[in-house]
Amino acid sequence: MTAPAVRLSGITKRFGPVVANDAVDLEIPAGTIHGIIGENGAGKSTLVSVLYGFHRADEGRIEIDGRPAEIRDSADAIALGIGMVHQHFMLVPNFTVLENVMLGAEGGWRLAGGARGARAALARLGAEHGLEIDPEAEVGGLAVGLQQRVEILKALFRGARILILDEPTGVLTPEETTRFFGLLATLKARGVTVLLITHKLGEVMAATDGVSVMRGGRMVAHRVTAETGPEELARLMMGRDIAAPARPAASAPGTAPALEARGLGWRDRRGVACLEAVDLALRPGEILGLAGVAGNGQSELLDLLAGLMPPQAGEIRIGARRITAADPADPAEMRRLGLAHVPEDRHRRGLVLAMEAAENAVLGYHHGPQAGPPGRLSPAAMRAHCARLMARHGVRPEAPSLRAAAFSGGNQQRLVMGREIEADPAVLLIGQPTRGVDIGGIAALHEQILGLRAKGCAILLVSVELDEILALSDRVAVMAAGRIVAEFPCAEATRERIGLAMAGIPETPGAAAAMAGPGAAGPAGGGGGGPGPADPRH
Amino acid sequence: MGWLDLLLTADSALRLATPLMLCAMAGMISERAGVIDIGLEGKMLAGAFTAAAAAALTGSAWAGLGAAMAVGAAMAALHGFACITHRGEQIISGVAINILASGLTVVVGIALFDQGGQSPPLGPEARFRPIVLPGVETLSGVPVLGPLWRELVSGHTLPTYLALAVVVGAWWMLGHTRFGLRLRAVGETPAAVDSAGLSVPGLRYRAVLIAGLLCGVAGAFLSTAHGAGFVREMSAGKGYIALAALVFGKWRPWPVLFACLLFGFLEAGAARLEGEVLPVIGRVPTQVILVLPYLATVLLLAGFFGRAVPPRALGTPYSKER
Amino acid sequence: MTRLPAWADYGLIPVLNLGLAFAVAALVIAALGEDPAAALEVLVAGAFVYEGALGYTLFYTASFIFTGLAVAVAFQARLFNIGAEGQAMLGGLGAAGLCLAFDAVLPALLMIPLAIAGAAAAGAAWGAVPGWLQARRGSHIVITTIMFNFLASGLVVGLLSGPLMRPGQSNAETRALAESARIAQWHEIAPLLGLEAGRSPLNLSILLAVAACIGVWWLIWRTRWGYALRCLGLAAPAAEYAGIPVARITVQAMAVSGALAGLMAVNTVLGAQGKLLINFTAGFGFTGIAVALMGRGHPFGVALAALLFGALYQGGAEFDFEFATITREMVLLVQGLIVLFTGALSQMLVPLVARALGRA
Repeated sequence: MTAPAVRLSGITKRFGPVVANDAVDLEIPAGTIHGIIGENGAGKSTLVSVLYGFHRADEGRIEIDGRPAEIRDSADAIALGIGMVHQHFMLVPNFTVLENVMLGAEGGWRLAGGARGARAALARLGAEHGLEIDPEAEVGGLAVGLQQRVEILKALFRGARILILDEPTGVLTPEETTRFFGLLATLKARGVTVLLITHKLGEVMAATDGVSVMRGGRMVAHRVTAETGPEELARLMMGRDIAAPARPAASAPGTAPALEARGLGWRDRRGVACLEAVDLALRPGEILGLAGVAGNGQSELLDLLAGLMPPQAGEIRIGARRITAADPADPAEMRRLGLAHVPEDRHRRGLVLAMEAAENAVLGYHHGPQAGPPGRLSPAAMRAHCARLMARHGVRPEAPSLRAAAFSGGNQQRLVMGREIEADPAVLLIGQPTRGVDIGGIAALHEQILGLRAKGCAILLVSVELDEILALSDRVAVMAAGRIVAEFPCAEATRERIGLAMAGIPETPGAAAAMAGPGAAGPAGGGGGGPGPADPRH
Repeated sequence: MGWLDLLLTADSALRLATPLMLCAMAGMISERAGVIDIGLEGKMLAGAFTAAAAAALTGSAWAGLGAAMAVGAAMAALHGFACITHRGEQIISGVAINILASGLTVVVGIALFDQGGQSPPLGPEARFRPIVLPGVETLSGVPVLGPLWRELVSGHTLPTYLALAVVVGAWWMLGHTRFGLRLRAVGETPAAVDSAGLSVPGLRYRAVLIAGLLCGVAGAFLSTAHGAGFVREMSAGKGYIALAALVFGKWRPWPVLFACLLFGFLEAGAARLEGEVLPVIGRVPTQVILVLPYLATVLLLAGFFGRAVPPRALGTPYSKER
Repeated sequence: MTRLPAWADYGLIPVLNLGLAFAVAALVIAALGEDPAAALEVLVAGAFVYEGALGYTLFYTASFIFTGLAVAVAFQARLFNIGAEGQAMLGGLGAAGLCLAFDAVLPALLMIPLAIAGAAAAGAAWGAVPGWLQARRGSHIVITTIMFNFLASGLVVGLLSGPLMRPGQSNAETRALAESARIAQWHEIAPLLGLEAGRSPLNLSILLAVAACIGVWWLIWRTRWGYALRCLGLAAPAAEYAGIPVARITVQAMAVSGALAGLMAVNTVLGAQGKLLINFTAGFGFTGIAVALMGRGHPFGVALAALLFGALYQGGAEFDFEFATITREMVLLVQGLIVLFTGALSQMLVPLVARALGRA
């Protein structure tokens, strides 16, 4: 038996106090397609960054093709035959395909010399792998699927025998995805070892030979794909069920919605549809949980509802106001309409880190009396308001004049949450409330949210933490590829059903095959190995 | 204005455009690599002083040119140290370099020569003399081509021909060499360069240093070719006009060359028309002509005609994320 | 990123950077064969001790306060206003233009406030346009303000050698303004208060400068507009989230910045020269950048930094008389070093200090 293409042993990587990878082991046989799955923040990206030389591991050993390797930077990785396709493409948009492919591997100081060889190599690689592309096309003008093709060609052109693909299908259309799986099969047939980082179970089942599961920075299980199934993988990925706290019943379902969205659509600058025909209704006294893998349109939805971006299609109704592309509202108007927003990214948006907590406590409400009498900004008034807020919402230390940056993640989040709750909103949008918050802080934040619900606020909770969604929501909606693909009442929402919907596997068994590309070895979804106990090998 | 007048104006335009071309190419190379350079003016001024001082002390224009390039590169290295190594604000660093040059040239000039900040006048051997190209005699009888060759093409100093060569060289370097490819990439998407296993700071340092060398040549032109010695503040805002030409030429070699020549022509024309009374217009408002480059740049930058898109990573120091 | 305690961040680091700038300047002086200590002595005497010296120092201080505040206000919104020089020129045109038109008919009590308003308004307009171009048309404010400096200079030269030129004169300057448009100088007032003062251009504009410091402080830290401005400067995405109108604040910030720069003309044109001269701004708009950086963008810091620069300017002038090899241009060098160390290299010492303080 030949040596494994990649063997990682005991890889540990810390970022300050955060352990992103904790003694991770991984072995990938040469010439196979190996998947690594895990939720957001499970440590997958850090692991491959170490393998590609973007970060250096604090501890651990790397062996490539059976030989110990020291990978200090990307140049080392490339020399070892490792290629990487990043989730966010590393392409120069105003370069041609040829220029992008040649960058760093020009083959001589004059471009003309290397270009001839590179053009020939592109033609050859294109024919071999079905990756034909016009070498003179400008990359910025290409469709995303073609840009990805350029990334793969870049790696192959450098002689990569080990190809890392980080969330390769996140940005692809369904047709492009199908074609992509065909490509994976071709690569494998040519002897390339592929490392596929994803959180889409369907893709893992359809395309890989082996799969490793990561959770919380650790490697929790290795499986042979043919011997497992999406249910088991979903459970391994998510961890064990946590009992949901007891909750009073939601308000009567017949109540008129406090906020309603119909047919919302939004495309980014490249024309990629981030949101398509999204309908939702938020009722007073109810929490709607929006589950989904990060980057499936939840952020854009929050921005649209908060007035940070105008909708391009559809409308938002809040009270008597109708918000459309022709008649948009800005965040200040949305606040006046009774909408509060706890943004996903509290460091960039929710707080001005360099300002005092007291000044942050009025952010967005600085025209109100809490910032001082009319015509004047009063630090005393802001501090008094902040002190009240801190006491009521448990922000520690209770020091209004401390800079926001000096508080811990949990206390920063309580400050933001408290600020929005104090505005007594009719509608509250919450993005990732517990991201970067320690375990102790999570419970307190959840209590705050439930308290607001009890007061009759309509709440939209967006989170990539399924536990959180399950613990708090009255209804759960699942978002994938810019659409709401499923909705369950609280009682029917199970981890597995949500996980499968998130992964893009429809509930009706027959439709599952549509997800599997031509590279699929057999029927995907449903059929794999039966559920068994989580059994991490390490 | 007759045909010969026009020719003479064009000739003087080429002379006036020489420092613009050199500085604008310097700025182009630095900014295509992602480093803003508003210190062109200062580096040119320092170069002008150094060239004059070295030429006066050694009696050799070549020594002056070499010294000017060395000082230009040294100031560029300082810029790089601040904005590449320490990731400081590129604008502020450029401002600092301009002020430093203003102060240093006079302080050192007085200490060296005690002539109120000027250098001693340079003799012919310490300056670059006009070069008479072959064929001036032969072509003298030919109509049109003869005067064109004699007045416009021939009779410039070495730095002028060098500047034209630099434009061609910069064009070729950017578009046809490995270094040029990497340079353009590092100004657009430094992450792609890093991911290709190349050093982002290394490339940026090289670009910044080349800019320094070219500004040094521009300075040497001012004091040892165009002029005969250093005069306080002799760069007189030319570095900023070069910056305008760079923006006006959308950071591309040929359009930048065109902008430099246009701006040079405007200046030459303004000088020629000073005090003249033309039909219809009356007395020529030379001030209006002189500020046209700035006005045009403002309008272009605001997208009122055309669109100048700067390199995407211009002004942002690079760091690996996370 | 390394974090330092506030006292080190706001106190120690700037002082160390300033020290570095002076140390390098001292090295240059030593390299030129003069004694740095003697130079410092001359500087201090020239700035504070000689008759009228303090007056000159404070006169320059007033100018630097205006341009320093101008740069600082824009910087609070994270806008680099390199155009204080041009805005000051426009301020001069605004003030002098109104004076030339009305100084024969208006009494001082009306003429001077009108001229001050004219200076501020003209400077504000010259600042607001680049602000608008950045906010609405996406032009880079640095390039635009640099270009506006040259446009202003062209405008001043054009007007001073044309419509505004003193009749029957060949110098590019206006006629002398009437007494009603002159701001009283300290050496004229002092005797009325029973004090003695040497002749200097120090005038009552310094009170306006002090008021401007307090006013800017109040505007930035005691109004909702200032709050919006600081949010925008510190975290633009958070400002958007908070519903702050980013474009409008940008234009207004540049208008306020330009108005402050324009007020510099009150000190020099109405207070000292009594007419509009070419180059009356003397590069003080650029000095404003150094002043704002050293003052860390805070109005009171700006006042202190302006005093330092005023002393450097006035004291440095003595170099011309006292030394053979060093001259007042030494001050420009110091200014450049200060911009370099307290601005572009401001973070250089942070890791070092952090290590010394035992927090890496």
